[in-house]
Amino acid sequence: MKQFVNRLQNRYHYALVVFKELVKTNFKLRYQGSFLGVLWSVLQPLMLFAVMYVVFVKFLKFSDGTPTFPISLLCGTCLWQFFAESTGMGMRSIVDRGDLLRKIHFPNYIIVASTTMGSMISLAINLAVVILFGTFAHAHYTWRVLLVIPSIIQLYALSLGVALLLGSLYVYFRDIGHIWEVLLQALFYATPIIYPISMVIDRGYGWAAKVMMLMPATQTIMDIRHNLISPEYVPTVWQMVNNKWLCLLPYVASVFILWLGIHVFRKYSAKFAEVL
Amino acid sequence: MTDSEKNVAVTAPQSTEDNRPVVLKVEHVAKYFRLPTEQATGLKMAFLNWTRGIKGYTEQHVLRDINFEVHQGDFFGIVGRNGSGKSTLLKIISQIYKPEKGKVTVNGKLVPFIELGVGFNPELTGRENVYLNGALLGFTREEIDAMYDDIVDFAELGEFMDQKLKNYSSGMQVRLAFSVAIKAQGDILVLDEVLAVGDEAFQRKCDNFFAHIKQDPTKTVILVTHAMDAVKKYCNKAILIKDGEIIVSGNKNDVADQYTLENLKTAKRSETEQPVNGQYPAGLSERVPRLEVRPESTPLIKTREPFRFCVDYEFNEDEEFYLTVTLFDMTRGGIICDSAADLRQTKRGRQTATFELPLDAICNGDYRITAQLRILPDPDDVQSNQQLAYTDETRSCDFALRISGNNGYALLNKNTMQVKQLV
Repeated sequence: MKQFVNRLQNRYHYALVVFKELVKTNFKLRYQGSFLGVLWSVLQPLMLFAVMYVVFVKFLKFSDGTPTFPISLLCGTCLWQFFAESTGMGMRSIVDRGDLLRKIHFPNYIIVASTTMGSMISLAINLAVVILFGTFAHAHYTWRVLLVIPSIIQLYALSLGVALLLGSLYVYFRDIGHIWEVLLQALFYATPIIYPISMVIDRGYGWAAKVMMLMPATQTIMDIRHNLISPEYVPTVWQMVNNKWLCLLPYVASVFILWLGIHVFRKYSAKFAEVL
Repeated sequence: MTDSEKNVAVTAPQSTEDNRPVVLKVEHVAKYFRLPTEQATGLKMAFLNWTRGIKGYTEQHVLRDINFEVHQGDFFGIVGRNGSGKSTLLKIISQIYKPEKGKVTVNGKLVPFIELGVGFNPELTGRENVYLNGALLGFTREEIDAMYDDIVDFAELGEFMDQKLKNYSSGMQVRLAFSVAIKAQGDILVLDEVLAVGDEAFQRKCDNFFAHIKQDPTKTVILVTHAMDAVKKYCNKAILIKDGEIIVSGNKNDVADQYTLENLKTAKRSETEQPVNGQYPAGLSERVPRLEVRPESTPLIKTREPFRFCVDYEFNEDEEFYLTVTLFDMTRGGIICDSAADLRQTKRGRQTATFELPLDAICNGDYRITAQLRILPDPDDVQSNQQLAYTDETRSCDFALRISGNNGYALLNKNTMQVKQLV
C-alpha cells in the first residue's frame, strides 16, 4: 500500500516537473523575437477591443445603453480570446509536439494542460487590465468579485475539456482543425459579447436568448462579467431562465465536457506516439 | 564453417549463478503496426472506408515474442540490421509504445535516449535547454542544479551556455545533448546509436565514460548500435534481433559475429536474371549474361582454412577467355591480389568454376572478391585482352575474416612479414 502511494506520488511529481518546465518554455517562446514582448498580452486585446468598439458600438450602435457596456465588451473579448486560443492551441498541441511524444515517455496530457495554462496566464494579465480600466468605466466592484474565481476555474475546465477532446480527434483527423475554426466563429456570434443580450430579446427572440444563455461558454462569460463588472446591468442565466434546474445545465455540461475530454484522451493517448 | 555457424545460432546458456537483481524484464513482447493501405487520415476517407467495410490498413508484425532480462550493472547490447525491430523494442522499453502482447517490467529510474536533445529548442539558451531537457527526463530543477556543472564541463561549453541554441554549431548541440544524456543520474540508461558523436577528443571522453560506467555495478546501460567494436568493447551481454525475433542471445562475441554474418548475406537477387527491356545489369552484357562470385559456404571465416568460392558465368563464343579474380581489402583499402590471366577457362555455356584462396597471410578484416571475364583475341599476347564483363557490388562476394588472435592494424600478419631488429 505504501509502495502504491509512493508510486502515485512519483508519477504526479514527474508530471508536475514537466508541466512547470513546459509552461515556462511556452511562455518564453510566445513572445520570442517580438519587440514589445509580454506587453502584447495587454496590447492585443486592447487593440481588438478598440476595433470592436468602433465598429459595433459607435457605427452599428450595438449597445444596451448601460454605462458598463464598453468595459463589459472588453472583458468579454478577453474571456472569449482565452476560450478560442486555449481550445485552438490545445487542439493542435499534441500534433505540434509530436517530436516529444515520439522520443520520450511522459504523461502526454501535460502538453495540452501546459498549452491551456499558457493562455490562462495571458487571461490573468488581461483581466488585470480589465479591472484597472473598470475603475474608470463605471464598473461596480462588490464582494461578488470573489465569485469570479470559481467561474474562471469553470472556464478553464471547460476549455481544457474541449482541448483534450479536440486534441485527441485532431491526431486522427486533421479536418477537425478547419471545422473547429468555423464552429468557434459561430459560437462567438452566438455569444452576447459584441452585442448585448437585451438586443436579442428586444427583437422578439426571447427563446433564442435563453438557449444562448444555456451554453456553457456563454454562461461562464456572463457569470464573470456579472460578478466582476456590474451585477446591475449584466444578466446571468439565473435571471433569464425560470426553471432553476435547467439553469444548472451549463454547469453540469462544463463538468461533463471535461470528463468526456479526459476519458477520450486517456483512451487514445497511448497510441498517439505511433499515429503521429 | 557450417558447424561454427550452427554454434553461433545456438543460444548461449545463461549463467545460473547470476544473482544480481533484475532491473529490466521483457516478457513475450509482441508489437504490430497498422499501416494504412489507403489514405485514411481524413474524415471523408475514414467515413468512406467505414461505409464500404474496408479496414483500410494492413498489420505489420514488427516484434514477435521477445524475452530477455537485464541485470543490474549489465552493459546490454541490442543489435540488428535496419528494420529488424530494435528501435521499436527500445521504444517499448522506454514506454513510448505499448506492446500488443507481453509486458515490460522496469525497476529503477530509466532514462531513455531514443534521440539526443529531446525538446531542444533553438530559441532557448543552452542553459534553458538543459533544464527543459532534464525536466522531460524527469529531473527537478534542484536535481539538475546538482548535475549542471558536470554536464557543462563534459560538453566543454562553459562560455556558451547563455547563448541561444540556434547560434551553436551542430557539433556543439550534439555534445550538449550527449552530455545531458550521460550525466543524467538514472539507474538504467537506454542509448540508441549515439556513439558516433563529436570530434576525436570528445569520442575519447565518451570512451572513458563508458569504460567507467561499465565498472559501476549500480548502473545499467542498454545500448542499441551498429558498431560491433562498441559491442565487443563495452557490452557484457547482447542480443541480436532479426525480423522481430531474437536469434542470438547472451554472449556478446557470438552476437557480434552473427551480426557480421547477417550483414554479409545481403538480399540475394533472384537466380535467373532476365534483362529488363533489353538492359543488362551493370557489368553484364548480351555476350556475358551471367557472372557472379559467391562463397561456397559461410562468408564468416573463423578457422585457418583456405576460403572456397565459386564463379558462375555464361559465355558462348569461341574465343579464348579467362576469369580474373581480384581480392580487395574493404577495411584498409587497396587490392591484395589479382589472378591476371592465369585462370583460363575452356567450358562454354552456363558454368560454375570453383576456386580456393589461402588466407594465412592476412589479418582479420572485411574483404571482397570480384571477377572479370576477359577474352584473348591473340592467345599468346596477354596485352591484347578485352574485358567483356565484371561483377558489380551486388555480384561480388564479401567475406569477413574473424580468426581469434589474428587482429592487426596492418594487412599482413606477423607470420607473413615482420620487422627484425639487427643492431
